[in-house]
Amino acid sequence: MTTLPVKRPAGAIAFAALVLVAAMISFSRYRGAMDYYEQGILFASAAGLIWFGRFWPVMQRFLPLCGAIALAAIELYDRDLARGSSNFFLKYMLASQSLVMWMCVLFFLATLMYWVGLLRRSASSLSIASGLTWAAATAALSSILVRWYEGYLIGPDVGHIPVSNLYEVFVLFCLITALMYLYYEARFAARSMGAFVLLVISAAVGFILWYSFDRGAHEIQPLIPALQSWWMKIHVPANFVGYGAFAIAAMLGVAQLLVSRGILTSKLPSYDTLGEVSYKAIAVGFLFFTIATILGAMWAADAWGGYWSWDPKETWALIVWLNYAAWLHVRLVKGWRGNVLAWWSVIGLLVTTFAFLGVNMFLSGLHSYGGL
Amino acid sequence: MRFAISLLTVLSIASVIGTVLKQNEPYVNYRFEFGDFWFRIFEPLGLFDVYHTSWFLLLLAFLMLSTSLCIWRHVPGMLRDIRGWREKASRNSLRLMAHHAESDGQPGRDAVLAHLTQSGFRFKEREHDGVWQVAAKRGAWQKLGYLFAHAAIVVICIGGLLDGNLPLKLMELAGYKAPETRDMPQGQVPEVSRLSASNLSFRGNVTVPEGAAADVVFLNAGNGYFVQELPFAIRLKAFHVDYYTTGQPKRFASDIDILDRQSGKVRQSGTVEVNKPMVVDGVAIYQASFGDGGSPLNFARWDLIGGKPAPLDARSQASSALTIAGQPYTLETGDLRVFNIENLGKTESTQSAVTVNKFEQALSQATSVKGEHNLRNLGPSVQFKLRDATGQAVEYLNYLAPQTLDDHLYLVTGMRREVAQPFSFIRMPLDAEGRVDTFMRVRHALLDPRQYPAIAKATADAAFRDGAFSATNRAQFAEVTQSVLTQFGTGGFPALERFLDGKVPAEQRQTVAQTYLKILQGAAVEAFAQAQRQAGLAPLPMDETNYRFLMDSLVATSNLFDYGPAVYLQPTGFTQVQASGFQLTRSPGKTVVYIGSILLVMGIFCMFYIREERLWVRFEAGRTLIAMTSNRRNADLDHAFAAHSAALLPDPAHSAPPLPKPDHTGPDGESA
Ligand code: HEM
Repeated sequence: MTTLPVKRPAGAIAFAALVLVAAMISFSRYRGAMDYYEQGILFASAAGLIWFGRFWPVMQRFLPLCGAIALAAIELYDRDLARGSSNFFLKYMLASQSLVMWMCVLFFLATLMYWVGLLRRSASSLSIASGLTWAAATAALSSILVRWYEGYLIGPDVGHIPVSNLYEVFVLFCLITALMYLYYEARFAARSMGAFVLLVISAAVGFILWYSFDRGAHEIQPLIPALQSWWMKIHVPANFVGYGAFAIAAMLGVAQLLVSRGILTSKLPSYDTLGEVSYKAIAVGFLFFTIATILGAMWAADAWGGYWSWDPKETWALIVWLNYAAWLHVRLVKGWRGNVLAWWSVIGLLVTTFAFLGVNMFLSGLHSYGGL
Repeated sequence: MRFAISLLTVLSIASVIGTVLKQNEPYVNYRFEFGDFWFRIFEPLGLFDVYHTSWFLLLLAFLMLSTSLCIWRHVPGMLRDIRGWREKASRNSLRLMAHHAESDGQPGRDAVLAHLTQSGFRFKEREHDGVWQVAAKRGAWQKLGYLFAHAAIVVICIGGLLDGNLPLKLMELAGYKAPETRDMPQGQVPEVSRLSASNLSFRGNVTVPEGAAADVVFLNAGNGYFVQELPFAIRLKAFHVDYYTTGQPKRFASDIDILDRQSGKVRQSGTVEVNKPMVVDGVAIYQASFGDGGSPLNFARWDLIGGKPAPLDARSQASSALTIAGQPYTLETGDLRVFNIENLGKTESTQSAVTVNKFEQALSQATSVKGEHNLRNLGPSVQFKLRDATGQAVEYLNYLAPQTLDDHLYLVTGMRREVAQPFSFIRMPLDAEGRVDTFMRVRHALLDPRQYPAIAKATADAAFRDGAFSATNRAQFAEVTQSVLTQFGTGGFPALERFLDGKVPAEQRQTVAQTYLKILQGAAVEAFAQAQRQAGLAPLPMDETNYRFLMDSLVATSNLFDYGPAVYLQPTGFTQVQASGFQLTRSPGKTVVYIGSILLVMGIFCMFYIREERLWVRFEAGRTLIAMTSNRRNADLDHAFAAHSAALLPDPAHSAPPLPKPDHTGPDGESA
């Protein structure tokens, strides 16, 4: 906060102008389809994006690029979903599912390159890996935007922001985790961490592939009544910032444990750097997870008649939250550092994963995301 | 602190139990699942409703208390700390700080103060004995964040306890109130199990059929329930379900009137939807569920021993007495379902013939976000049970509309003997008028032994006329035909098979079975003709359609042997009456919880994203000393310190900023 970031005012202003113009165009075109809340959300998101661009200047290029890709796809669709399988560019590049497939491939390649770079201590491999991760993140965000549009092509009442089922949120998870990681990578100039973080993303990518090939989960489904709430639109992404952050922290915890045993010590960032990034990630994740849980409570108050029903999903969210609260306490209040916290963050991820997936699979409750 | 962590751990474990064990099920289920021994241990521990047990509430109370004490202990010190400047810090104490640096020369005082202001510091100068020292600080909110976050925990717990059932729990303990465990009309529930409309907080459910009204809700309480009076009555005018074109439900909505309890006048009207509750007198009304509210149903009752159908009126979700073949039965009707939308899977067209390669096909499917679904509405269905005097029940699922299967029309009835099993379906072929009467006539002819001689004779005549069985004696043929009919008439195909198995050596069974089948088919043709004649109708020509009808009739007749009580209830009409399940809550603690939540987010934000920093600049004997501390010692502090050193030290090249001490790596490192 004291080290003033090097500002590129021209870029920031151009970005802000672009976001405002986009918001104005959306407003003038779709005002009729939005209620006051949604109009408010539109302008609040514009402000949020401008802030985000200032906070992390790379976003001033990343976000417009993804927007441009999505617009290109929308143009090619020309209001006809069937073009998705007839138009060459859509079929192989720009349809949301093609973008997801590219995202999967790019994440796998990035993982591979991070490991090559880590093991060979090759800066150029690491920088290629980093580039691949950026490309994958671009594909991920673009796919989400295109998918959002495709829903409306299926039916005006079917379209909705794609955060409504397990498939869609896994893509979101990959995106958020990758972006958060890229932020820390740049901030701490420690690219070799990617070898570990990308493993979690690859696991998620594996799940996405299985889920769409084996289960056909990629099809866009209309929203069931319980999900028709604008709380969903903010509750789910907020949760995934939390999950992504906890995943990063856990993988860095693994790296820390290896370093403390003398494995890869000379190749990874220092033990303390890993610990600090871990802490930072958990601090961000905890804030967002708190917000997400509160938003979830507000949603539940509308949907189920009570802000807290001790539904298994709610209860597990509380357990996850208490777990990280305790983690933060011992680090900040007791001053703990080291392997105990590293182990704890790894276990924390297991608990989080159970709260996220296990509850859906093994416990029954009110949450309608349903089983696999 | 240790106590707090242990408390949180116990709380987590208790919560886990509540998620692993399904809560608030009927007690018999638990007894069944765990057996008497464990049930008797679990039940007093409240494991079937963990979150409302006294011990769980006690845990929460402890958490509140402990957090309050923690705030009480820490806040005064923190406030002192926030207010203080530590402007008197000595040179030695500054030098002991991990982040300090010195160099010769002194920058201008104004430049120093300007830098501090620009970096967002507030400061206090002090000059004595020729030493000028400025103590600067920023980020006081970081400490306030602690106060916010921890106060938030207390506030949220208070809100939660307000809405929890603490008052009710206390009244129960004191013996004023006790849950009702018997099933009885609401009006007869005694006063000890009723809660007045002035109850501060509650959360209960009630089901209201269309046209009816309710002025109480039911609160779950362990093995029983309480009746909670409402300050008003709700009347359900109509319940709607809208569907997407894909068949999934799109909207569940109830049009309701709120009635005055005394006068019965309509106070207000509105619509309650999922995610869109309606609030009346501080009570929020939610759309929680829906179902059948007791719809009048019409059946045609076909006694399977013969005769014309008789009309039968019933009501869904009710039971009535029925006599079948002289035996008493209870007809327990379940749900009337007006729509039965079935997804019959992918259509053929999506399995493109061009993509021969399996992988390519999978890929082409994975790239399309639109699912091709083959949806079909099977129309209304009624589910019901027939229970005999010994309590044995057979369950049925009968469709009202004829179903088209392979281009032919059938009436479909499903039947099962155990709830866990899937229904097995019987399809009865319909005649040209789309009625089941013709099938019933054929069936009766096939099952009536008095008609067998005539049928057998006609069959034999036909066979010999066609020359199909020229080698056999005609009388013998008629005899075999009659015995085949008798076997079929006692148990359908399975009986015929048993008969074969008992009489014919294994190696000949195949051929004999085929002969028997042929004979049976021939006999069925004659039975059909005879049935038509007896009904005063002309026999139908044996064309492809009618022959198929006949074969379907044979299969259906055979299947009906295992149909339970000898009656088929054909749904013929209904008047749908739906019911809406509402959840009603009064939760005055909600606002408190939300305020607590805002405090919590603010607190966490302040704690993590505001760094409390203190900076000292000391001019003494021609030298400059700067030192810095922060509540967090990490890389951020190193960067900040480097930046300030560069800006404030006149000759940073000659200064020797000591490297900050590395963090400890053991669990008992320094305090943050
Ligand atoms: C669910 C309950 C609680 C949650 C979620 C929670 C959360 C937190 C968090 C996130 C911090 C980090 C503060 C920092 O940045 O330094 C913190 C600090 C702290 N907590 Fe808690 N806390 C809880 C209960 C308690 C209780 C019961 C105590 C008392 C024993 C306590 C004592 C403290 C203390 C002393 C600090 C250090 C404050 C400072 O010096 O900065 N907390 N708490």
